[in-house]
Parts: sequence; C-alpha cells; structure tokens
Amino acid sequence: MCFPLFIELPLQKYYEMKRTHIIILVGIAALIVGLISFGSDFSTYETIVSAQKKIGKSVHIIAKLDKDQPLEYDAIKNPNYLSFYAVDSLGGKTKVVFHNSKPTDLERSERLVMKGKMQADHFECSDILLKCPSKYKNKEDLQKKMQEQTTSMR
Amino acid sequence: MKFEGEHLLPGQIGQFFVILSLMAAFVATISYFNAARNNIFLEKNNWIKTGRVAFYIQTFSVFAVFATIMYICANHLFEYMYAYKHTSLELEYKYLLACIWEGQEGSFLLWAIWHGVLGIILTKKSNEWEAPVMSVISIAQFFLMLMILGVYIGNLKIGNSPFTLTRNEIQAPIFSRSNYLTFIKDGVGLNVLLRNYWMVIHPPILFLGFAATIVPFAYAYAGIQTKRYADWINPALPWALMCAAVLGVGIMMGGKWAYESLNFGGYWAWDPVENASLVPWLLLVAGLHTMVIFKATGHSLRASYLFAFLTFIFILYSTFLTRTGILGDTSVHAFTETGEGIAFTLFKHLFEFKYMNVLIFLYLTSFTIPSLFLYFKHYRKIPAIQKEENTNTREFWMFIGSLVLFLTSIFIIAKTSVPVFNKIFNTKIAPPEDVEFGYNKIVVLITTILGLLTALTQYLKYKNSNTKVFFKSILLPTIISVVIFIVLIIFYPFTHYKHGAGFLGAIYVAAFASIYSAVANAMYIFSIQKGKILNAGSPIAHAGFMLMIVGMLISSANKEVISNSSSNGITLPGGGIDPMTKQADNPTENLTLLRQVPATLGDYRVTFLNDSAGKENGKKFYHLAFENKKNKDNFLLKPDVYLMKGGNMSSNPDTKSYLLKDVFTYVSFAVNKKDEPEDTTKFKEIPMSFGDTAFYSNGIMVLDTVINNPTDARANTGIVPQLALVAKLKIIAKDSMHFYANPILTLIDSNTIKHIDDTVYAQNLFVSFLGVDKDKKILVGIKEANKLIDYVTVKAYIFPMINLVWLGLVIMAAGIVISMLQRGNFTKLQTRIVLIATVAFVFYMFLLAGA
Repeated sequence: MCFPLFIELPLQKYYEMKRTHIIILVGIAALIVGLISFGSDFSTYETIVSAQKKIGKSVHIIAKLDKDQPLEYDAIKNPNYLSFYAVDSLGGKTKVVFHNSKPTDLERSERLVMKGKMQADHFECSDILLKCPSKYKNKEDLQKKMQEQTTSMR
Repeated sequence: MKFEGEHLLPGQIGQFFVILSLMAAFVATISYFNAARNNIFLEKNNWIKTGRVAFYIQTFSVFAVFATIMYICANHLFEYMYAYKHTSLELEYKYLLACIWEGQEGSFLLWAIWHGVLGIILTKKSNEWEAPVMSVISIAQFFLMLMILGVYIGNLKIGNSPFTLTRNEIQAPIFSRSNYLTFIKDGVGLNVLLRNYWMVIHPPILFLGFAATIVPFAYAYAGIQTKRYADWINPALPWALMCAAVLGVGIMMGGKWAYESLNFGGYWAWDPVENASLVPWLLLVAGLHTMVIFKATGHSLRASYLFAFLTFIFILYSTFLTRTGILGDTSVHAFTETGEGIAFTLFKHLFEFKYMNVLIFLYLTSFTIPSLFLYFKHYRKIPAIQKEENTNTREFWMFIGSLVLFLTSIFIIAKTSVPVFNKIFNTKIAPPEDVEFGYNKIVVLITTILGLLTALTQYLKYKNSNTKVFFKSILLPTIISVVIFIVLIIFYPFTHYKHGAGFLGAIYVAAFASIYSAVANAMYIFSIQKGKILNAGSPIAHAGFMLMIVGMLISSANKEVISNSSSNGITLPGGGIDPMTKQADNPTENLTLLRQVPATLGDYRVTFLNDSAGKENGKKFYHLAFENKKNKDNFLLKPDVYLMKGGNMSSNPDTKSYLLKDVFTYVSFAVNKKDEPEDTTKFKEIPMSFGDTAFYSNGIMVLDTVINNPTDARANTGIVPQLALVAKLKIIAKDSMHFYANPILTLIDSNTIKHIDDTVYAQNLFVSFLGVDKDKKILVGIKEANKLIDYVTVKAYIFPMINLVWLGLVIMAAGIVISMLQRGNFTKLQTRIVLIATVAFVFYMFLLAGA
C-alpha cells in the first residue's frame, strides 16, 4: 500500500497494538465516559437565597418546614400536590411545591433535604429526604424517653 | 447504692469473654505471625499449635459473647442497654436474632462469628498456608473485638460494649431510686421497618459473604509473605468462588427485601448501602477471572493479587462508609444506627475522639496500607509472562472483562463517595437530580460490553483459538439470539421514554447483548460441554447472570405505573407534556381511592374495601380489591401502614405475583384517624315499617326487611349474642346508583344492647339500627357527614418479568457453586449434596418464600 509516510507510521502502530494499548484505550474511554457523567450530573447544595439566583437550575436545598405558614395537602382533591413553606438556617424563605404525596413525617421533621429547581415564585421540588428526630436510636432520644417514663410514674 | 432486681452476672460473664476473646485474638496473631516467619520446623510447629489453641479459644469466646447477649435479650433484662434499646416485650420470638444484629455491636459480633467459623475450617484445611493465612484472620478478629470492648484507658474509650448498663448510659431521675427497674416497663424494641423475615436471614448471609472476602486477601498476603508468589491461587480460588456466590446472593436478598417491604418501588436504588456491598462483589468477580486466567495460562498473577487485596479493602471501606455516619443525608435505608453524630468533617470528627469512628478508620487503614505497600514492594518479584496474549485467546478477553468490572467498581464507589470528598475538601457537591439515572446510563453501556464479552469469550480457547471453529460454533447462538431479540422488539417493545431516545436505544442494545450472552452460554453447556452439568459451572453462572440482567432491563424499562392519575381521565396541573410519550413529563403517581368507590388502575378496577388491624399495635392493613376488567381475575392486596409512637409512619407494599409479572402497590398517604376531629353529629331518628321510604340529602332509602341472624360475623364480637336483628336497607342515590346498608341491633344479654352501625362511604352516610318504637316501627338512624370519610392514597406499579431476575440469580449461584466444588476437589456425592441444598435454599428464598 502506498500511503504517505505520516499515515503509514501510525497505521503500522495500529496493527502492532497489543494488550497494554487496548487496555489503556479501554481505560481512557471509561474515564471519559465517567467524567462526562460526573460533570454533567452533579447538582450542588444551595441556600434558598443562592438558589433563587439560579432559577431553573437543579439544586439541593437543606431547610426546615416553616410551621407558621399553611401546609396545603388534600389527598382527595389531588394526591399529587403538596405545598408548604420552607426556611433555611440563613433565614431564606420559599414556597415549595411537590407533585407527589405528602411524606408522612413532614410535620415532625427536623430538617428537609430537597432536590428540585427554583422557579420565580416557588421551589419546584422533585424529591424530599426527611431527617426525623427518632429515626435513629440515639442517646438523646432514649434519654428523653426514659425521662418521660419516669415523670409518668410520679 | 444497691439496686434491686438487677442481673449483673450475665453481663460480667459476657464482658469476661469479650476480654478473653480480645486477648486470645492477640495471642493468635502473634503466634501465627511468628510461625510464618520461622523456618525451624520444630519452633514453627510450636508457634502454630499455640496460635491454633488461641484461635479456638477466641472463637469459643465470640460464641459465648453472642450467647450471653441472646440470653439478655431473650429475657428482656432491661437493666442492660442492649436489651432496652433493641427488644420489647411484645416482640415475637422469631425476631430475637434480628434484635441482636440491629445494633452495631451485634453486627460486628456476627462478622466475628463468621471469621471464627471460616478460621476453624482454615486451620484444618489450609495445610502449609495456615500460619500466614491465620495471622491475617486473627488480626481482623482482634480489631472486631476492639469494637465491642467498651473499656476506658484514661479518658479514651475503646469500643462499645454490648453489656453496658442502662443506668450508666443514660441519665434519668428514676436511676436515683434503688428500685428503678420496676419503672422500666418495656424496651424500645426492634425498628418496625426491620420486623420482617428477611431481617432474620439476610444479615447472616451477607455477613458470611463479607467475612469470606478475607480469605483470598489472607492467601494473597501468604503468597507474598512466603515468597511462593504463585502457589496461593490454587487453594484460594474455591474460597473466592464460595465468597462470590454467598455475597452475590446476600446482596440480592437485600434487593428482594427492599422490593417486598420498602416503598421505594423496586429492588435496587443505587443507594450507598447497596453500592457499598456491590463494589467488593464486582472486584471479587474480577479477581476470580484473573485467578482462573493464571491457572490456565500463567498470565494475570499481579492483577489477581491486586483484586484479592482490593476486595477486602473495599469491604472495610464500605463498613467505614455505612457505619460512621459519614454519608449523612444520602442514604434512604441506613437502618442500623450510625456511630454517634450525623454531619461532621472527617478529620475533625476523627480527632474529636468519636471513638467508634476512629476504630473503624484504624481497622480500614491497618489492612489497606500494609497490603498495598507489600504489593508494590514485591510487584517486580511477582512472576509475569513478558510475552503478551494474542487477541484471539480466551485469557485476553477475560482480562478485558475483569478490567471492565474493575473500572465499573471504581466508577460506582467514586460516585458513592461524594459525601466523603465533600467532607474532606469542604465542597458541596450534591447527588444528581435523578440519582438512579446517573448510574443507569453508565451501567447500561457496561452491561452491553459485558454481555458481548461473556457471549464470545466462552467460545474462545486458552492460548490460541482456531478462528474458523470459533465462527462456526458461535453462528447458531448468534442467529437464535437475533431471533429472540426481534421477537422481543415486535411483541414486547420497551416503553422507557422518560430519558429520551438515546437511552432507550442503549437499553435495546444492552438487552440484545445480555440475551446473546445468556443464549450463547446456555448453548455452550450442551454444544461444547455435552450437557455435563457438573463441569459447566462457568457457562451456567454466566447464563444465569445475564438472564438476571435481562430480567432487570425488562422489569425496569417496562415498569408500568398504573396509579397514574392521567390514566383515569383526571387531568392535573404540573409538569409539561412530553412530546414523545404524550404523557405528563412529571408523572403523577399517586391515586386517592375513596372507600367503596371503584377506580380504574390500568387494566384493573380497584376498590378500597375496608381496613383491618394487624397483630402489632398500630399496624393497619388496607384491603384493596383488584378486579381485572379483561379476564375477571380477582385478587385482594393488603398493603399496610405502621403507625409508630409519635406519629411516625412506615408503609409496606403488597404484591400479587404472577409468573410473568408482579402487581405491586403501597400506601403513599393515609390519614391518621386520631388526628381527625370526632364527628359529633347525632343520628336522625326515622320510624319505618317494611317497605317504607325515607329521604336523605342525596336520594332515598327503603327498608326491605329485618332478620334475626345471630351468626352474622359482624355481630359476633367475641360472644355470640342472644339476638341479632339485621335491618336490610336499600339505598338509591339520585344518580340511580344502588347501595345496601345492614345495620345491626344486638342483645348480648338481657340488659346489654349494642348497635353495630353500617356506613355507605360513597354517599357519606351512616346508618344505625336504633331500636323499635311502641308502634312496632323500626327506628332507623341516619347521619350524613359533610366530609368524605375514609380514603387511602396509593401508588401501584406493574413489574413485568421480575421472576427472571430471581431465576437468573438462582442459576448464577448454582453455576458459581459448581465451579467452587469442582475447583475445590469435592467428591461427586459432596458436590451433589451441596449443589442441591444451595439451589433449593436460594430458589425457596427468592421464588417461593415471599409469594
């Protein structure tokens, strides 16, 4: 075959490609795929105020249920509409809309980790993780329980 | 102060054995370590004997500790924190073991028990490898015992003892009284989420898998330590195979458990806890393959070392991830308690003497650093063949496969470890919006590669393959797979449009590759191995694995939401319309069922009939009648909700299994009746004769007759009444719907009258049989509620072909076990017994037990 030398040389190399080369190629390919998926996937933790500057972008917010504001959920009218207000530790406030059923312990939760996108007037939430006080059997809870037990005996 | 009624002896016995066990592990480690380094036969033998005795004492002590905890828990000795925290009086006896491994101490103990059992087998079977192998296992036992030691050295506490007393652990005024025990009426009990037969069987199997990963690690260490760099593969391989089977089954048991009793709607969620056990399994399988390559060709020894080390290192890393609480918010089912705190910075945390986390971190690093150090130090001395494999050989492509598994595990663990990076580097990277898709889109590509590799490589030969023969033998499997694939596309296309055409295409490609591999491997058993099942471990395992993947692809890609509101003609706001599926982009998966009002869910007419109480206090089953509109196939599903103290709720699904699909439903929202204000309206009294008509706001009701039926199930509340009058009323609503109400008046004895009212939920109507007036007219009471009375909100899915997943797993386990028995030189009789027992057990657990 009559290829110009600058093509011929790499081609020759290609034919001589051995295990190590293929392994390196597979590794690089995997790395690229992995990196792409990493880079494009990850969201960030934001405060309510900083999320309000990133309207439409997928973010995570850690906040608390604002118990002074109304929580709206009527399973008979629409089981897929929940709205409430959330406040974060920096005092940011937002209305939250969650198109799903109301997580059962929402009112009792200490902390909410919400995924979703901030809209102009509310946070469109796609998933809520709750942190509830008694999910773990930690010492404080047991202590409280034991104290309750005692006072009830008096 | 002297406290009354405490049983302090069991705790002292238990604590004695904890310390004895720790000491014995220490002695065993030193003895075996000396034995391994000693070349004088007599001295070496003496050290081995000492080590052996110490190890036996150690294992015996671990069992004794376990038995003591069992005794304390079984007898509800609430003076012990462990019993107070994990048991309660109402708990059924079968959950006794589950209570023990609910706690961190108990699960470390379970791990140590398995190490002990494996160690004893190794002292009998490992011959000249005993010293170095057992020194590794002994030191692991030492660390595990440290975790449950619970001793203070100065201000530093080492480990958490399972034998601490409640009064020392928590402060409460009752402990100032000598008779405090009479005030502790009951313990906290087992977390309701864990009250399930899987909690009894899943942890022991999974921990056996975890524990067994130390054996290949120990052998690899022995290879370096003895400088017999290549000889360890032979004895280690059957162990690695055993471990792969047990760990694989253990992981999938977790999946089956989640599927049966958790409400995330599936068997796999790429949850950190799941990933943490999957990653070591992938590494182990990669190592298995390189070990097989080495045995056949002499290649890949260095890789075998690395994988054997990494498998156990990642078991430890997983323990670190899941037990220290470092994952914080990311795990949905971190059931077992986590160390102490929730959010913390890694190093800050370590140096603040969160002692358990320090210990776990030490356990991790004391195996990781020395093993990797030795590996790189001896790397050049580990023999390797300089000539590279040809690309037409089995070993070449098997190695590529191992490499793919390795990269997959790195990908998964890197993604899972993001919370760790966040804590170390103080970043705030959050998981992606759709966590599962983040994994699935990569894994679907990997599946394709693995499918093709396992299909084709099986037909290649070691060292050199005849290309012509290869193509000839692969031709028929290829044609058959293509046919099956085309049939699948035509009759059962995938409908997973949610992530776009690209992903859908990737699913198709992956499905073809895995079908191809399942078919090619299954045919290999007959075409090449002439149907000799006991020689065909590898193709059976590969065919099973790929069948499992096919099942996973179909059941997830064609998972159908039938509680979708849009399928009921109700249009709802929210979410745009996907141009491809013409469905709401953000599918609304909850549907509210009003009591007694049928609703359409896919092919089914579903009616919420009533609810019933469960055995445990606070458990409520919702009876949902499913009626197939096409073939009149009727069944009842009873998903339940568990109301815990303080208003916590947990919801457990119920599933109707068919051969080809599962109908799966769970309660996503239910009203806690106690929260609802009491209905205080009085019954309106209407005197009626037979045939009379009375009005209510939405229609009329007619009194048909009254019968005396003391055997009516509703009237019989413990005692059969003397008299039970049942009024038969027909109710005709304005929209001409007919309903029936049968209120009852019972006379239990001459002066006790009881009313059993009936409710027509669809009409918000309560009907009562109040009595008989002096004109012999029947007094019917009616009450109309202005609010809908009873409803439940559910999600319901159809998982097609999910049985393929479980069946594939059973076949895979059988295949690996066959390989193990073959490589371990078991007799034919032993082989048959072990194989049949394994298959029967796994088949029963996955395909029969839950159904």
